[in-house]
Amino acid sequence: MLDLSHYDSLGAALGDALDRFADHICLIEADRDRENHRLTYRQFRERAMPVARALENLPFGAGNRAAILMSNQSKWLIAAYAILYRGGVIVPLDYKLSAREHAELLAHSKAEVLFIEYPLWRMLRNEPGFAALALRAVFVTEAPEGAEIGSARRWEECPEGPAPTFVPRKRQDWAGIVYSSGTGGRPKGCILTHENYLEQCRSLTTWYPFWPGVRYLSILPTNHAIDFMVGFIGPFVCGAAVVHLRTLRPEFIRDAFPRYRITYASVVPLVLKNVERSLRARFDQLPPMRRRVLDGLIALNRGLTRRQPHPRISRLLLPQVHQAFGGQLLTLIVGGAFTEPATLQFFYDLGLPVANGYGLTEACTAITVNDLRPFRADTVGKPLPGVEIRITDAGPDGVGEVQARAKSIMAGYLDDPGLTAETIVDGWLHTGDLGWLDEQGHLHLVGREKNMIVTEGGKNVYPEDVEHAFEGVPAKEFCIFAANYLWPARSLGGRESLILVVRPDGEAGADGLPALVAERNRRLADFKRVSGLLVWESDFPRTASLKIKRPELARQIAERVERSAVIDL
Amino acid sequence: MPTRNLDEITTEILDLAAKKFSVPRAELKPEDDFFKKLRIDSLQALDLLTGLERHFSIELPDYELQGVTDFRTLAERIQARVG
Repeated sequence: MLDLSHYDSLGAALGDALDRFADHICLIEADRDRENHRLTYRQFRERAMPVARALENLPFGAGNRAAILMSNQSKWLIAAYAILYRGGVIVPLDYKLSAREHAELLAHSKAEVLFIEYPLWRMLRNEPGFAALALRAVFVTEAPEGAEIGSARRWEECPEGPAPTFVPRKRQDWAGIVYSSGTGGRPKGCILTHENYLEQCRSLTTWYPFWPGVRYLSILPTNHAIDFMVGFIGPFVCGAAVVHLRTLRPEFIRDAFPRYRITYASVVPLVLKNVERSLRARFDQLPPMRRRVLDGLIALNRGLTRRQPHPRISRLLLPQVHQAFGGQLLTLIVGGAFTEPATLQFFYDLGLPVANGYGLTEACTAITVNDLRPFRADTVGKPLPGVEIRITDAGPDGVGEVQARAKSIMAGYLDDPGLTAETIVDGWLHTGDLGWLDEQGHLHLVGREKNMIVTEGGKNVYPEDVEHAFEGVPAKEFCIFAANYLWPARSLGGRESLILVVRPDGEAGADGLPALVAERNRRLADFKRVSGLLVWESDFPRTASLKIKRPELARQIAERVERSAVIDL
Repeated sequence: MPTRNLDEITTEILDLAAKKFSVPRAELKPEDDFFKKLRIDSLQALDLLTGLERHFSIELPDYELQGVTDFRTLAERIQARVG
């Protein structure tokens, strides 16, 4: 691994990695069961230089912003390196959002250049908001021959020629603007510096090292802070390889583990639970005798790995389980949302540790991670090296707001000094999450102070961003809350949900509302849908400027009605 | 393969979805939201896509499901590839 303390920028560190590990494989890209290509670090550089040259010719340099809108693939990382090489700022966007949301975030980020996949480009350029964007250049990848791409350029036509000039950056310069959420009301673009990334990478790889020969399966979207870190920066500065699949179909993901002998993979809790279900179903089909033997071996493995994982012993005891994952899997990294302890324990007992943790885009990736020494299924782990955690305003049960201080904490929110000042106070990141620290220094999360949910698929949903879909419903006023914000469960888990609170219109009444709300729900992405309706007959408390006082309304609701009053949709 | 019209494709999707997720066929309509009606998550929706690929002998990239929530629109995406 490179010693990252010697570097001022991601571009410089990655550039040295491309030299040092020139003949090692860095990328394998597959589409279903077909392999598109595999690239060495040298070939990666050869593919990135024409892109960097095209940027240089624009011109594009220090501090210029370029967005990437692609599903996980080699070109994502090649584009990112080309941007960093030219001293630019990466704006990674979630390819799963709608074209309207893409246009909104592109406008907010003030990106001047866009790298985009052809199918997404087709949708974006038909979006009404697209014409107003200040994009100087769009590079479209894999456009079919003869396809109309308007004023965009084809990625494949980036020019050959002499090496472009590398643009050095300092540690405090911006490296990325990463959207933690928010496409409706208030987009939150986290400004992450070169220092944020370099320090986060240093501390994460202390506990979860990469080395040449390691293969990381990249399934989480690369725009997500976790995959950007452990599916790009981490493996690259250590000479490891990243495997991309151009599909998220469970059957192809399953096949990829043995085919590419995967070492690490990051997954969301939804995927983890899916794998657990299928493994349990297979175990249940075993004849009684074999099932008893399996249960005995699992119990033996649990005993032998009580203090720390022993991959070799686990592979020996449970060879068939491990072979199904390729026989080399060291750890599954789970991120983005809460994972049930029973699921974590299930995998650990099979000798497949799950590194669960807790993080925010605002903190670059992770604040705490399970260090597996010993494995704990009931917590979200310990603070990473270099991260300080404190609990403020703790009640008698020790629960209070989790705050963090580290070199990986973002510089602030893009163009939102007010929100930045509220969120980072004297260097401490106010997470808005509630938790407590135990005697071993492990963090336990118990709920959120923020009106927000994190879905099982790892997406942050702010109710305020969903409200526009319900405008015009026959009601005097309405607003959306996360159920866990109204009635804190004091434990995380289960499905988090959104509740629509409506003060009905006197004439229209509330009878037709469930059907109407269900119809409006269909306009939203599945993870943003409202699952309950609460009829509320009092005026909403409002500020002088007529904004709803959400915390006040939430308090009134929690005091006066039970969760059982919510009508399920 | 004989050319199918949109209604035929929609009917075949509804038949297949009903069978795959054990939902009474009579309860499914073309304009229904399949996430809600079949009670499936995004991963199961990808699984449905695989079933449809096999049925129609086509390849449907994941992005064809993007922004699609009802059977009818899904049928349109498939029709464009069935040709």
